[in-house]
Amino acid sequence: MTDDNEKNTGGAEPNGTGNGSGNGHGGRRPRRVIGTPAPAESHRLLSQEREHEEEPDIERAGIHPRPEKSARRAEKIVALFFTLAFLAGIAFIVAYWVLGVHSPEKTRISNIGLGATLTIALLAIACGAVVWVRRIMPEYEVVQERHPLNSTPEEKKAFAKYFYSNADDSGFTKRPLLRRTMMLAMAPLGLLPIVLLRDTGPMPKNKLRHTVWKTGTRLVIDGTNAPIKASEFDSPGGIITVIPEGYEDNLDELAKATVLLIKMRPEELELPADKQNWTVDGIIAYSKICTHVGCPAALYEQQTHHILCPCHQSTFDARKAAKVIFGPAGHPLPMLPITTDAEGYLVAQSDFHEPVGPSFWERGSVKS
Amino acid sequence: MSTGTTGNKALNGVGNYIDDRFHVAEGLKRNLKKVFPDHWSFMLGEIALYSFIILLLTGVFLTLFFNPSMQDVVYHGAYSKLNGMKMSQAYESTLKISFDVRGGLLIRQIHHWAAVIMFASMLVHMLRVFFTGAFRKPREINWVIGVVMLTLVMVEGLFGYSLPDDLLSGMGLRIFEGVLLSIPVVGTYLQMFLFGGEFPGHDIIPRLYSLHILLIPGILLALVGAHFMILWHQKHTQWPGKGRTDQNVIGGPMYPAFMAKTGAYFFFTFGVIGLLSTFAQINPIWLYGPFTPTSISAGSQPDFYMGFLEGVLRIFPAWEFTIAGHYTVTLSVLIPALLILGAIFTVLGVYPFVEAWITGDKQEHHVLDRPRNNATRTAFGAFGITVYGLFWLCGSNDILAEKLDISLYSTTWFFRVAIFVLPVLMFIAVRRICLGLQRRDREMLAHGYESGIIKRLPSGEFIEVHKPVSEEIRAHVEGKKVIPALPGGESDANGVPAPGSKGPLGKLRRRLNRAYVENDISLSGIESHGDGHGGHEELESHGERERELTRD
Amino acid sequence: MKWFTALRRRPIAGYAVVVIALALVGVAYSTLSSGGDPAEAAAAKDASQQDIAKGKEIFDQTCATCHGLNGEGTKTGPSLIGVGAAAVDFQVSTGRMPAMNPGAQMPRKKPVIQGEQVNQLAAYVASLGGGPAVPSSDQSDPKSGNVQLGSQLFMANCAQCHNFAGSGGALTEGKYAPSLKESSPTQIYEAMLTGPQSMPVFNDSTLKPEQKRAIIAYVTQTRSEVNPGGNGLGRIGPVSEGLVGWLAGIGLLVLAAMWITARQREQ
Repeated sequence: MTDDNEKNTGGAEPNGTGNGSGNGHGGRRPRRVIGTPAPAESHRLLSQEREHEEEPDIERAGIHPRPEKSARRAEKIVALFFTLAFLAGIAFIVAYWVLGVHSPEKTRISNIGLGATLTIALLAIACGAVVWVRRIMPEYEVVQERHPLNSTPEEKKAFAKYFYSNADDSGFTKRPLLRRTMMLAMAPLGLLPIVLLRDTGPMPKNKLRHTVWKTGTRLVIDGTNAPIKASEFDSPGGIITVIPEGYEDNLDELAKATVLLIKMRPEELELPADKQNWTVDGIIAYSKICTHVGCPAALYEQQTHHILCPCHQSTFDARKAAKVIFGPAGHPLPMLPITTDAEGYLVAQSDFHEPVGPSFWERGSVKS
Repeated sequence: MSTGTTGNKALNGVGNYIDDRFHVAEGLKRNLKKVFPDHWSFMLGEIALYSFIILLLTGVFLTLFFNPSMQDVVYHGAYSKLNGMKMSQAYESTLKISFDVRGGLLIRQIHHWAAVIMFASMLVHMLRVFFTGAFRKPREINWVIGVVMLTLVMVEGLFGYSLPDDLLSGMGLRIFEGVLLSIPVVGTYLQMFLFGGEFPGHDIIPRLYSLHILLIPGILLALVGAHFMILWHQKHTQWPGKGRTDQNVIGGPMYPAFMAKTGAYFFFTFGVIGLLSTFAQINPIWLYGPFTPTSISAGSQPDFYMGFLEGVLRIFPAWEFTIAGHYTVTLSVLIPALLILGAIFTVLGVYPFVEAWITGDKQEHHVLDRPRNNATRTAFGAFGITVYGLFWLCGSNDILAEKLDISLYSTTWFFRVAIFVLPVLMFIAVRRICLGLQRRDREMLAHGYESGIIKRLPSGEFIEVHKPVSEEIRAHVEGKKVIPALPGGESDANGVPAPGSKGPLGKLRRRLNRAYVENDISLSGIESHGDGHGGHEELESHGERERELTRD
Repeated sequence: MKWFTALRRRPIAGYAVVVIALALVGVAYSTLSSGGDPAEAAAAKDASQQDIAKGKEIFDQTCATCHGLNGEGTKTGPSLIGVGAAAVDFQVSTGRMPAMNPGAQMPRKKPVIQGEQVNQLAAYVASLGGGPAVPSSDQSDPKSGNVQLGSQLFMANCAQCHNFAGSGGALTEGKYAPSLKESSPTQIYEAMLTGPQSMPVFNDSTLKPEQKRAIIAYVTQTRSEVNPGGNGLGRIGPVSEGLVGWLAGIGLLVLAAMWITARQREQ
């Protein structure tokens, strides 16, 4: 590290370090201090009109002490700040002991009590330190020399010589068999960490292509787990979130199987031929998992029949088999074919006819 | 102080003890004397550093109470509204920290606010370094380290706020899963391996936990250390000014002035974060509820530093196709989430090298550029800020639509158009503004500044007296370094192309260099001749200069 | 007055003036700006012929222009046949109806028709074609609602539009799901029952009265509960948090840095 070279203005200035280290240290180069501009002008870097009460011989180049009177005043201000910080710190400890939690209301008071005392303590220390620097510590305008970061050509040559000759000595450069087999030896070790990651998870196989919906699985309301009769879900414009019966607590399956059930008037639907009998009296079931990146596409505008996903605004037309009409989703929400069972409760006819959720490489195209 | 301190016995004793074993006297003195230039914009990186320390401290506290398990439990606790509900232990332990540990909520909030402040300050610090050209030789590697840290901090924050397993952050993980799935060939495998099975599985939270508290902070600590060592060794840059050259640093010494200032700033950073944590609620997970993939809230956004990714996903049209009927490529996810993200961080990372290639500048630079003095770089920075900012704003377009009463789809369309139009406009506008400011500097050097003193000439005319600028300002303004142009023309007399100009890449380089350098305005060697007259008489004799000033 | 003049000369005086002025403006604004009073929906009562007649008078005067003389609907207003007393009670007690300007959506505003008149109007419209009745106060009483169930149901069916705390959210084309801050329990019940404008319908056989009560309990409890961490910042999530972090956090820290490094006046 060569960053400490300081030069003297020559003669008029004492050493910048202030303790006369001059030619001291056993044969090393003497330390010198620079102050700019040139000695002919004022040795201060700042505007010429400055006036100081202090004696110039105490002053070291670039270091301008503050007038004692204002420093003493500032000392009192700093002391005040530090005392405030002390009191706030004590107050924090008291607040911790006195203010309990275990309810939102009490937590609020505790948070304010602890937080305010902590903040005051921290900011008071900060302000005190700043006043100290600005009004008590001297004003500094010290110069430090830089040295070129690169080494001299001689140093570089010396290093290169040393490096290459020792490389030759080691045999690394002159013996290719050695070199190459060494690299060979290291190679599998580099791959080991990646290989070890294999068991972090199962193979995808067919998992993403199926959900737990089967023929006859009842649709139950998420939250109440109550099954729904088609005759009861009869208000046009109605929606409800439904899940397959028996899987209320299985988040992994619900992440694919959650369904948005919508009631429309039968004449409002415009479905393709192969999906005409997937509904019950205008009741239609779509996968709630958005085909963009998987958020629940859950907003339903009753009057426009649009299903809107809140994450990235993919919009699907519920009348037209959830056709995508705006936003980044690549394909429509899969429809769950439903019917009623003997008691009139809504059940699935089968699983979805295509993978639900976000697209993936192996998904392929599906005849909608 | 007329009497100096020569030290007390105890301190001297300690000093000798250490020095006898580690030989520190000379090295310590050298380092304590290190000079740091004094400007507020140099303190922005410190905000990031101190926020990091605060994150480490509060993070350790949180690890004493947090349980990173996705095992379900039934809640019975202080937040009675959720009593009887099923939730993961991760969520439950976060509720416990918030409502059953004294100071727990405060520490949680400090931790989260510090993360917000850390990334924000890293952005601001990066912009300062960019606009002042502090990334130039010899600091290119430090810049790259900074960009890597920026990426890591972003990811660290994402993992951190996902740990409580609440409804909002869980949806963020769902989106993350969706993005993984979209990757061709390996997407489904990556998703299965990361989540240990299908989403949400039982492994993701504990895995994110170990990344969040161990791996990434470890890497960050190492990188911060490297960032610091480089800065320390190369010394800090400084603004142009009186006596300031590429061969010196002028400012205050480490001990005591800089130490005190930076120490004070640590307390300011901590204090401001404390202020926010006391009075501004952040991440109220009890209101979001435990994660379930069946539900979602309106206005679901990630923390601000992921906002630009959210915006890129929203802005994209529905581009998806299948190859041979068997393989699906979802460009509407791939392009924003991977390509655009990758592009932004790559451009950031390579910029110093690209600029050096364009200008052919191989010199060391320790004196900063005033942003206006490098109009093209500043304009490019404005371009980048606009792109990033538009993506970021678009990420909250539904909240903008609701609060400002604008149609939702209109906001999407606005951003789709603006992302191509606005950055270009900003580039052009900022470039011209910089050049204009440079001309104004030139004018000021030549004619001085308006002093506010009105003088009446014998002819009856009123003029404002101009005073010549002070030495310091003159030095600061004149410190502009002319942007280097590539030497030589396209080719020499014999048709041999100049070095570095061969082939299409070389031609591109020349073109870029010309664009970079054109209209560059010289600010050196301008004598002050504005001194008490309105300058009208000057106009005739300096007609040329006037024309110079208004040339486009 | 000399001491005051001396105070004015202190460097801190400028900052003190700004702070005092800001405080005065803030206090003045908050006292002068009026918050709306949430209008309580009138309790359901048995409609008498007199009520229906009175209701028809009000209807002809205020509603028929847009909704047709017999509530059959016109170009500017939908048919009211079959909407029920509950729909009328909701729309009128929240001030949405009568609508002032046709727009993407009718906003909540200060109600014009109040008290008995609402009942009469509701009775008349109900007589046109039936429809859901106004829920009794017992039916919509949040005190008997299971708030944990309500939390689950709300998140699954309501939060996607109204946001996790009922702060509201955007729909398409200028429509929005309003904030639930001011809605009375009866109004919440009625909204679920009748599905006003874009809102879907949750009839009483799909979400039974006790389940609706659960949701109402969740809404009323959530909106009245404290924010233990400080100011709620609108309870809209990370967007407002980021805004505050940048403006207040980075802003204050930049000011602090400027103070620390400011060039000093010569002493």
